[in-house]
Amino acid sequence: MAFVEHLTLFVLAAFLGYELITKIPATLHTPLISGTNAISGITLIGSVLVAGSGNTTLATVLGFFAVVLATINVVGGYLISQKMLKSFGRRRGD
Amino acid sequence: MAGLADGLPPETLQIAYLLAGVLFILGLQRLTHPRTAARGNLISASGMVLAVGATVLWFEILSPLVLAAALLVGAAIGTWLATTVETTDMPQLVGLFNGFGGGASALVAGAELVDQVGTAGTASDLSVTVTAAAGVTGLVGAVTFCGSLVAAGKLHGVLEDPIRYSGENVVKAVTLLAAVVVGVALVTQSPRFGPLQLGAFATPYWVLLALASILGVLLVVPIGGADMPVVIALLNACSGLAAASTGFVLDNSVLIIAGTLVGASGIILTVIMCRSMNRSLRNVLFSEYGGASAAAG
Repeated sequence: MAFVEHLTLFVLAAFLGYELITKIPATLHTPLISGTNAISGITLIGSVLVAGSGNTTLATVLGFFAVVLATINVVGGYLISQKMLKSFGRRRGD
Repeated sequence: MAGLADGLPPETLQIAYLLAGVLFILGLQRLTHPRTAARGNLISASGMVLAVGATVLWFEILSPLVLAAALLVGAAIGTWLATTVETTDMPQLVGLFNGFGGGASALVAGAELVDQVGTAGTASDLSVTVTAAAGVTGLVGAVTFCGSLVAAGKLHGVLEDPIRYSGENVVKAVTLLAAVVVGVALVTQSPRFGPLQLGAFATPYWVLLALASILGVLLVVPIGGADMPVVIALLNACSGLAAASTGFVLDNSVLIIAGTLVGASGIILTVIMCRSMNRSLRNVLFSEYGGASAAAG
């Protein structure tokens, strides 16, 4: 895809991210940080690509560590958000 | 494109990425309301499974054992950390995870540079988009990684007190300037920069990473433990932006969409958190030496 198309996605997603968050109760700040943090683990896709392509040994080694770090981010991030939100729900008596 | 999904039309992967992007948006939207937040997290997780699954199935994986081992190790560590953590220790663990995300982005951009220099033959064949996006990823990713480690340490009670020294803002500015100069060398590939040429090991990139790592530590060390939630929120936005610029390096749409969503929502959340403390972001990050801190100590 061309650079301009990527730039379009970037600008539109930036506005969307801003609009989605403007109204948020203070109690949800930490779970939201945790939840969006898990989404930023999307970099796992990039890690998978460089680790799996195996063009050079150095790139594969770097890719291996990138996959480990990103997977910790994704798996740990979603689990801890869920844990947080569960205790949050209990506190509210839902 | 000769992975397990061989035979499907080439648009399939992009459609899967689009669906994943929609799931991230719906998840994020539900995360902002107390009653739907847990469901939102699950929706966003399903988007992640879709995006990663489609990637693994679509592309030809030349080193499947390396990939499988890395995924298993990462999933095991992530699960172990998230399930054993005490409720009170959750914020620092989120900070730690966040640092890992930024670090992964920085490594990916470096690996891709090494790969592309290897296949292109000469460094000057690399497009400016790739080198510039890699430079941004390295800078933001390494600041996120080291900054988050310090922030998590402070929340955990290590190094809790702000470390201040005279002229700290000058030191930070000089470090940033040095990183930018190396970044310019990386992007322009001008012979004037001498040893900072993009060789087989992408040397300037790693120099940039080292400077950015120092900068990440310098930025967070002077901030007090009580302000760490705001710092974590800002670093979270940074890890999103690092992922987005990785998308520019790798020519990948879902990285840009998801990373930018996190970046933009993270920045606005940081501002909201500062406002609720009646302070400006600038005041939290760079409160001048001799100001509030001198009165406190």
